[in-house]
Amino acid sequence: MSNIRKVYGYLARFESAKDLYQAAKKVREKGYSRWDAYSPFPIHGMDAAMGLGRSRLPHLVFFGGATGFTLAVFMQFFTQVILYPTVVHGKPTNLFTLPAYFPIMFELTVLLAGLTTLFGLMVLMQLPRLNHPLFESQQFTRVTDDGFFIAIEARDSRFARERTRDFLEQIGGVDIELVEEKI
Amino acid sequence: MAQGTATTSAGNQPRLDVLEREDLVLNNRSLAWITNRVAGICENKMPLLWWLLFIPSAIVAVVGVGVGLTYLVSTGVGTWGMNNAVFWGWDITNFVFWIGIGHAGTLISAILFLTRQNWRTSVNRAAEAMTIFAVTCAGIFPAFHVGRVWMAWFLAPIPNANAVWQNFKSPLLWDVFAVSTYFTISLIFWYVGMIPDLATLRDRAKTKVRKMLYGLFALGWRGGNRQWRHYEMAYLLLAALSTPLVLSVHTIVSFDFATSVVPGWHTTIFPPYFVAGAIFGGFAMVLTLMIPARKMFGLEDLITMKHIDNMAKIILLTGFFVGYAYCMEFFIAWYGANPYESAAFYIRIIDGPYNWAYYAMFFCNVIAPQVFWMKWARQNLWVVMAVAMCVNIGMWFERFVIIVTTLARMWLPGDWRYYSPSSVEILLFVGTLGLFLALFLLFMKFLPCINIAEVKWTLKSSNVHHDEIEDEKREAALSHDADGRLLHKS
Repeated sequence: MSNIRKVYGYLARFESAKDLYQAAKKVREKGYSRWDAYSPFPIHGMDAAMGLGRSRLPHLVFFGGATGFTLAVFMQFFTQVILYPTVVHGKPTNLFTLPAYFPIMFELTVLLAGLTTLFGLMVLMQLPRLNHPLFESQQFTRVTDDGFFIAIEARDSRFARERTRDFLEQIGGVDIELVEEKI
Repeated sequence: MAQGTATTSAGNQPRLDVLEREDLVLNNRSLAWITNRVAGICENKMPLLWWLLFIPSAIVAVVGVGVGLTYLVSTGVGTWGMNNAVFWGWDITNFVFWIGIGHAGTLISAILFLTRQNWRTSVNRAAEAMTIFAVTCAGIFPAFHVGRVWMAWFLAPIPNANAVWQNFKSPLLWDVFAVSTYFTISLIFWYVGMIPDLATLRDRAKTKVRKMLYGLFALGWRGGNRQWRHYEMAYLLLAALSTPLVLSVHTIVSFDFATSVVPGWHTTIFPPYFVAGAIFGGFAMVLTLMIPARKMFGLEDLITMKHIDNMAKIILLTGFFVGYAYCMEFFIAWYGANPYESAAFYIRIIDGPYNWAYYAMFFCNVIAPQVFWMKWARQNLWVVMAVAMCVNIGMWFERFVIIVTTLARMWLPGDWRYYSPSSVEILLFVGTLGLFLALFLLFMKFLPCINIAEVKWTLKSSNVHHDEIEDEKREAALSHDADGRLLHKS
């Protein structure tokens, strides 16, 4: 392992959800774009404070559900009406037996929409990943307990060692730490 | 603006007074306390009682399900007590019973989420786990009831050498899709809900193995708002998908009966009746599991008497639905003027070989929950446990009554048989009880049994707008009189 380290960014801790919320507004006003507010639970109104829009996930899920529905229609009609009509109890198989196919249409719509939710979520959250530079920070383990953090990445065009650090201090950040990752 | 409604300074919309809600977490616990208490369960040694429950239930599971199924498969389904008339006995009774249990889990996690019932947060994880284990137990029965279980894959629409396809018009095939979808979606819901808490366990892990395993399942969760916003959307979507799903599952299970032409089964009331019964029985099982668990792990501040009170009220309400369905079935049997239907109910209730089961069901499901009208009964854990046990038993009998009493007295008197389960059937049912309990106890040991992130979210201090609401209220109190009329400043 080499000793070369790459700066990931600055990490600052905040005392409460409210402090984090107020600070996030200020970070956004300052014009930073590559940053995130970390908390043990979702904070109401944080999306607006950070200037994030609505998640795109519902669009993906709609297509997942539509795929499931189409699959069910196709599978049932193709096998029952065209490929091998099974006449049981004297019940016919044709276009008019459509209501009998509703339950499976519904179930497959839900199934594929649900699976799309899971995998779409993974794609949008850019997970799973085995490691992340932030995990180098000792205090960051508190994020899943009672820690509230803001991290501004070095990739941000407005990032500057001194200025960003001072800024985080100004908006109430404590335990400010330069996070570096090993390469 | 009508007088008598408090208005806020921003906008002229009438605003209802925000009443103080009962705290969902007692004694002003801090965020760290919640983490410690819940994650501590997975990290500390299990109490003696846990072992005293786990070891017997694991043995029962291995003997009942393992040995029971091995004997069944190697001998044949003939070892079950079914005969030509009663072709569905304990197996389908148990299947419907276990599937029904699962419904409360999805109701708590999905429907109560959509209706913003925040009290669900401290019970939803355990209830969802219960759903998954109950559906696991349920799946065993129909899978082995097919007879040659190694042919069970014929249920899936896979192209095969016979070139014969499944009959998609059959409610039994609908069941296959409904139950497998239900299991998959419940599993996804449970897992997605658990990701932040698995990250909590990962971050607290002391040993390398724990860190690796919890880390693997936490998927690298960091709790950034750029993750939370998608996460919250996913959770909402899953809740919205699960809500119609859970209603559809027991509806489709009831179609197994309702679409047949058997008197006593062929009724339109079956879908809502089954769904209400499932929620009723499921809540009883949630209470049966959570009351001892809360005591065993000292979770009284998280699962408060308020939670138990709410669940008791839901049992009372859904008990009424079930009671209504029983009476309505009986009424329609008379009002419908169908001699076969009325004969079926005459045999079921008044003069038949199984009317004792009907009375047991009616007492356990309709009469016993009535004590929940009284507040002291909802506050006394022994009473709550006793009623929950009654409902567990009553709901099993409900399915037994529907299935067995009907089949044992069908169209032809010459076919009338008395059915009693064989020892293999009893062994398998007891085995699934052990399996269910053992799986639930393992869940308590290895996974966070309370949704840590969501419970933290319900605290007042977690609401960043809480102070604004308080300020507004203070302001409103200053500028309005006691009746809510605006005071004019002189």
